Amino acid sequence: MATDVQAAQSRRGKWLVSGPPILYLLVFFAVPTLIMAFASLRTPGEFGGLAPLRDEAGKLDINFDSYLRFFTEPVYFEVFAKSVVFATATTLLCLLLAYPLATLIAKSPWKSRSLLLLLVILPFWSNFLIRIYAWMIILGPNAAFARAVNGVLGWFGASPVPLLFSSFAVLVCLVYVHLPFMVLPLYANLEKHDPALLDAAQDLGANGWQRFWRITFPLSLPGVYAGAALVFIPALGIFAIPDLLGGPNDTLIGNLIKQQFLETRDWPFGSVLSIVLTVAALALAALAAWFGRRATRAPSLDRA
Amino acid sequence: MPLLDLRNVTRRFGDFTAVDGVSLGIEAGEFFTLLGPSGCGKTTLLRMIAGFDLPDSGQILLDGVDLADRPPEDRPVRTVFQSYALFPHMSVEGNVAFPLQMAGTPARDIPARVAEALEDVRLQGFGKRRPHELSGGQKQRVAIARALVTHPTVLLLDEPLAALDAKLREEMQIELINLQKQAGITFVYVTHDQTEALALSHRIAVMNRGKVEQMDEPSKVYRFPQSRFVADFIGQCNLFSGVVAQSADGTVTLAVDGLGSVHVATRSTVAAGSRASIALRPEQIRIGSTVNGAGDNRFRGTVTDLLYMGDVTVYRVATEGGAQVEALLANSQTGRAKFFEPGDAVEMDWPAAAGHFIED
Repeated sequence: MATDVQAAQSRRGKWLVSGPPILYLLVFFAVPTLIMAFASLRTPGEFGGLAPLRDEAGKLDINFDSYLRFFTEPVYFEVFAKSVVFATATTLLCLLLAYPLATLIAKSPWKSRSLLLLLVILPFWSNFLIRIYAWMIILGPNAAFARAVNGVLGWFGASPVPLLFSSFAVLVCLVYVHLPFMVLPLYANLEKHDPALLDAAQDLGANGWQRFWRITFPLSLPGVYAGAALVFIPALGIFAIPDLLGGPNDTLIGNLIKQQFLETRDWPFGSVLSIVLTVAALALAALAAWFGRRATRAPSLDRA
Repeated sequence: MPLLDLRNVTRRFGDFTAVDGVSLGIEAGEFFTLLGPSGCGKTTLLRMIAGFDLPDSGQILLDGVDLADRPPEDRPVRTVFQSYALFPHMSVEGNVAFPLQMAGTPARDIPARVAEALEDVRLQGFGKRRPHELSGGQKQRVAIARALVTHPTVLLLDEPLAALDAKLREEMQIELINLQKQAGITFVYVTHDQTEALALSHRIAVMNRGKVEQMDEPSKVYRFPQSRFVADFIGQCNLFSGVVAQSADGTVTLAVDGLGSVHVATRSTVAAGSRASIALRPEQIRIGSTVNGAGDNRFRGTVTDLLYMGDVTVYRVATEGGAQVEALLANSQTGRAKFFEPGDAVEMDWPAAAGHFIED
């Protein structure tokens, strides 16, 4: 009897703790997602929004027209593909920059580590948009950076290039914004590595490069995958950076979605794009998780 | 010429001298142990032989060649680490294959070499396992197989059995002895466990505060400690210190507080009046209600404490003068657990040759 009461109490306790967040996610995430899924099957209204659920003839407004449009008109797929390319490039560049940085932090003395980590997350303390505007100034035609670049180009006889409002500007800013999301999980992983493993590898005849490729890098893969997911997924859907720093050809899927809702006012098609983006991001996250699990208990990385 | 020759090796960390002018020669095929308490410099010395640390002064020569300019990966020396340091992302096979791959062994030869090394440590059939699926003893064997697979000249072992339980440790000790005999490789073994050092080694260097206090065969180190530190560190030992009263005909008589005159046989002659010590192992003392012996050293006392160890019982006896003496009796003969109780009056006796004279 007593155990039944205890069990009931612990059940109630669990619901008290997990109830509010579940309710929050239900109301502000699950329901809107369902609304969006529903909207993607409707016809756009004459002046934006959605057409009436039943037309004059009483026919239910449910169709796959917007999905058909996405999959038949190549321009949308191209924008989507371009977004994947940008997000992939961002992820790779972040990885290349973050790996040495995370290694440096993980190897620095305990006291200076917290300071270095603070510096990594320092940009979060100022507003996201302000930081993008700052890049407009840095990359602007009269700034020292653009002058220096064009000066060097002119030296080689090349004509000057605009840095702002270009794919270059978008990529630079994407990398800048997402770098901390790569550094932190990588640091968390590298910090846990047992230094005795590197001693052992060296003792067994491995030089510096071999120690990195055979020991450090494979052991850091879970951190690499976590960082890649944290960078890739938000970079895939971003719209503010291409809006402010990109040229006319730098429209990404995020911009397209924003356009559909705010300018074209085609809610069903905007919903379709959002759903495609969400599904793609989920699929890639699942893939990253699978790779991460495989890396932690991989059968054999040794190519004997 | 010794295989591994350490000449006046010194290593300092700031104000602290971890290794202080150590010179020792280790012969090929020897099982050599560096024994000492933590902080005595034995691990620092091992790391310098492996190449992870460099001496501030002095030389380390292997086969007559100075190792100073050779990084750890280029030394024909392998280390078995205390934590085993197995690569968690590789299988047992992968771990053992690693040094072969690093040495550029042709890929087709590797599986056979790995299988052979695993057989040597009796781990056939474990190749596909991952380190986290192994017990402590099995991990230890993988670490040894991995270190021995390339047939190094010297194998360094850093407290390799410290993490194992007592039963398994004894089993691994016997395996290590056999493995060393079979492989014919020079072992340099670091431990703070004196019984382990005595059981395994051909020779032991007892270290204290960065210096080698004594270097000799285990039985010599045990029976004839050259310093109070060695006597005290290795095994149980009674240490009587006092003033030399008389020195003649190979016998020294020491005036010891609380005990009186204690005689000890020694070849050294010392001046009367100088301070000295006698080391006396508890098992050398005859103890009984009354003892009939040569009577070189006979004292009366009262049992104050006893430690029943199963095979033997250790009796702590306070003499009439107030000195503490530890004596040991085997329990084998009578089947009795103990012969005396605290409070019993006893007599102790030992011949002059049983003790060992140490000049202070």
